[in-house]
Amino acid sequence: MSKRLLDIQDLSVSFGGLNALSNLDFHVDEGEIVSVIGPNGAGKTTFFNMISGMVTPTSGDIRFRGESLLGLDPNQVTARGIARTFQNVRLFANMTILENVMVAQHCRTRQGIVGALFQTGGFKNEEREIREHGEKVLGFFGSRLVGYRLNQPASVLSYANRRRLEIARAMATKPEIILLDEPVAGMNPKESEELTGLIGKLRSEWGFTIVMIEHDMGVVRDVSDRVVVLDHGETIAQGSYDEVSTDPQVIEAYLGRPAEEAS
Amino acid sequence: MSDMTETPTLAAARGPFDQDWRKVVNWGLILALALVFVSLTDMPEKLDRRIIVEPLLSMGYLSLIWIPIALGNIVTREIVLEGMTAHKKGPRELVAGLVVGAIGGAGLALLIWLLDTRDLSDPLVNWNDALLEVLTFSEGVGYGVVFWILACAGLGLLGGALHVFPPLVNRLLLAMSLTIVLTASLESALDDISEGFRLEWLFEAIFEQNGGVSIQGAIFLALFAAAWVLFLGGQAKKGRAVVEAKREESPIAVNTIGLVLIAAAAIILPMLLGRLTNDLLSNVGLFLLLALGLNIVVGLAGILDLGYVAFFAVGGYTAAIMTSPSSPGFSPELPWWVAIFVVIFMAIVAGLFIGAPVIRMRGDYLAIVTLGFGEIIRLTVRSDWASGFTGGAQGILSIPSADIFGVVTVKGTDPQQVLYLVMAFVAIAIYVSWRLENSRIGRAWMAVREDESVAEAMGINTVNAKLQAFVVGAILASFSGAIFAAKVGSVFESSFKILVSIVILVIVIVGGMGRIAGVAAGALVLVGILGGPNQPGLLAEFSEFKLLIYGALLIWMMLKRPEGLIPNVRRSRELHQDEFLQDAWLKGQVDDDDGDAPSGEVAPA
Repeated sequence: MSKRLLDIQDLSVSFGGLNALSNLDFHVDEGEIVSVIGPNGAGKTTFFNMISGMVTPTSGDIRFRGESLLGLDPNQVTARGIARTFQNVRLFANMTILENVMVAQHCRTRQGIVGALFQTGGFKNEEREIREHGEKVLGFFGSRLVGYRLNQPASVLSYANRRRLEIARAMATKPEIILLDEPVAGMNPKESEELTGLIGKLRSEWGFTIVMIEHDMGVVRDVSDRVVVLDHGETIAQGSYDEVSTDPQVIEAYLGRPAEEAS
Repeated sequence: MSDMTETPTLAAARGPFDQDWRKVVNWGLILALALVFVSLTDMPEKLDRRIIVEPLLSMGYLSLIWIPIALGNIVTREIVLEGMTAHKKGPRELVAGLVVGAIGGAGLALLIWLLDTRDLSDPLVNWNDALLEVLTFSEGVGYGVVFWILACAGLGLLGGALHVFPPLVNRLLLAMSLTIVLTASLESALDDISEGFRLEWLFEAIFEQNGGVSIQGAIFLALFAAAWVLFLGGQAKKGRAVVEAKREESPIAVNTIGLVLIAAAAIILPMLLGRLTNDLLSNVGLFLLLALGLNIVVGLAGILDLGYVAFFAVGGYTAAIMTSPSSPGFSPELPWWVAIFVVIFMAIVAGLFIGAPVIRMRGDYLAIVTLGFGEIIRLTVRSDWASGFTGGAQGILSIPSADIFGVVTVKGTDPQQVLYLVMAFVAIAIYVSWRLENSRIGRAWMAVREDESVAEAMGINTVNAKLQAFVVGAILASFSGAIFAAKVGSVFESSFKILVSIVILVIVIVGGMGRIAGVAAGALVLVGILGGPNQPGLLAEFSEFKLLIYGALLIWMMLKRPEGLIPNVRRSRELHQDEFLQDAWLKGQVDDDDGDAPSGEVAPA
């Protein structure tokens, strides 16, 4: 059995009486690709926000490699090795593409004001390493984000490329788990197919473990080892895509809805 | 439609009376209001002594006559959207300008008549005979009324005519008038400078003895400006292109030469400049130092600090207490260069002390709280509790000259030496800004400015990063304070009022947030020409209207050029996002989603 990376026990959060999530149990093993699906408002993004430290759970525990993440700030969670992307792409729009991935290595680097002022050898080496790693991460997406694009502001990118840069930025933090919040939302079929392939490579070539929120069932089916279905803040089913997709509760809550997701 | 984008064709000119009369009357009334408002601020009278062209024009009248020209021009400005055609300009524009000017002139005439017949001096303090005298040229009400209606109509006509003139004529007119007005405004500085360069003869040729450019001088300046626009301007542009091209080839060599030239100028210039200019420039430098610090805090890290003067005060008072023999409580009488280390230490302490509680807040809340802390520091200095050390309202006097390593003593009374000292610290501040912007911490600051919660999710300890920006800013401000104390020789709490914070912020905003050259331009214009909060500028008469002008300038900048005089590319992009994207799209730099599937990259699972 592979190693348990993320273990979430009995997690609940409520916002003023509204139970966004209740008694959620969830785990991810090293090297897995897990999809979290569910209708709108099911609590998926809240779930990500809790793992990444942006929302504090009301009760329950989040353990990463056996250590609790409760009470850590988002930046500390990232430093432990959990990176994320955002559903509504939130790049640093006025920083260049390269700067976006350079700044994401902040928690992996050390040099401070003194190094920058005196241009110490350590500072220069680190800057070079930051830059090289940034370019390497961007290179994952082929020629789309490199070359003349490196020094362009992120705001000129097309929608699909912004989504790619979001993933690159998460990769740049050198994480163990990447939380992808609807990575293919808004992409056309060709682009989502390509990204599906890349998500597979994130695991096979880079060794990341992936938790993904996704509405596109085609993508979910193609990449997930396991699917977790949330509805009204509760887990209603877990298992392989085939198991989940035939579960009557799931069909009722989600897939059974008029043809929108019938792929 | 497609042929229009190739060659912009102009639709035929509209008839002279085919006007949007409502708009014309509106602008006329706006002009009338503006003229009356400016008159009642008393600018025409107070600035009448500053002569521009003797005996034709003074700054006072200039404060009125530019308005009809500007509004006469604006009224027929046509906004041309893409795919639309502009109309050819003709008599219609002239008529509109003329009518706007005439309505405005009538407003001013009405004011003259009321000034003569009514007494409203109770609420309107400037409602007096002196204003009437200036407005009527002491020739009687009838003369004034007729003169202003005709003059404003004529100026409005000129404003409208700017649409009709060929662009070259407009450029010439602008260059000529700007040259004359600027030269006249800079009279005292030029007087001062001309001695160092042994150009007194030129100065005397241009200026009248009792102030103002002579008519011959004005003609000479106008010809010079015209020659510049016609001949030399092109050469200068060519020269710049050559330098830019060389810079592409070997950036290091060209930059080094540039740096050496700037350094040489910085060393030689103060020797040639006179006392007045040196003093003026050291004031500019002190504020530039402050503005560079605030630029890191506001421009880079996006922390709107309205209490920045607090750190200026910390620097000033620490230096005063450490060096002055008459410091009331604790008086170690350290030499200045030793005291500067204590100043740095105190700035760090103050930065952490103020920053730690404040920095957890965001946006507007943070601005308000910093505003409070700025005043708290000043009131603490003044309080009975601290006055044992700070002298309270009496301040600390007889601060000795700044002693540098026991080698040089920079006497506060010698502006030339002070300027060298200020420039040295400005150089340090520029270096610090430049290095930090391109470093790990600088990128973190930018990320925090762009989106704080995402920056945190990307592993940046935002509290830490913001606190570092705050402390770096505090240290730069405290340098300025320490030099200020040694320069003036005394510190009083009244030198550290909230107005200082605001002036620094205005410098940063007007100059161009996030860019060093912009901040320098802002400091030069605002502090050098208009004057700082307590420091006179070149145009001493303006000190009364300083705040009015700051305010007007700020509003105008926010509306028309929010990125500042010399913008930071990044920031200008941020503020003109739409235009920028459109531009990039036209140049084909924005990729569209479907077009660019990379070859051989698609790897389905």
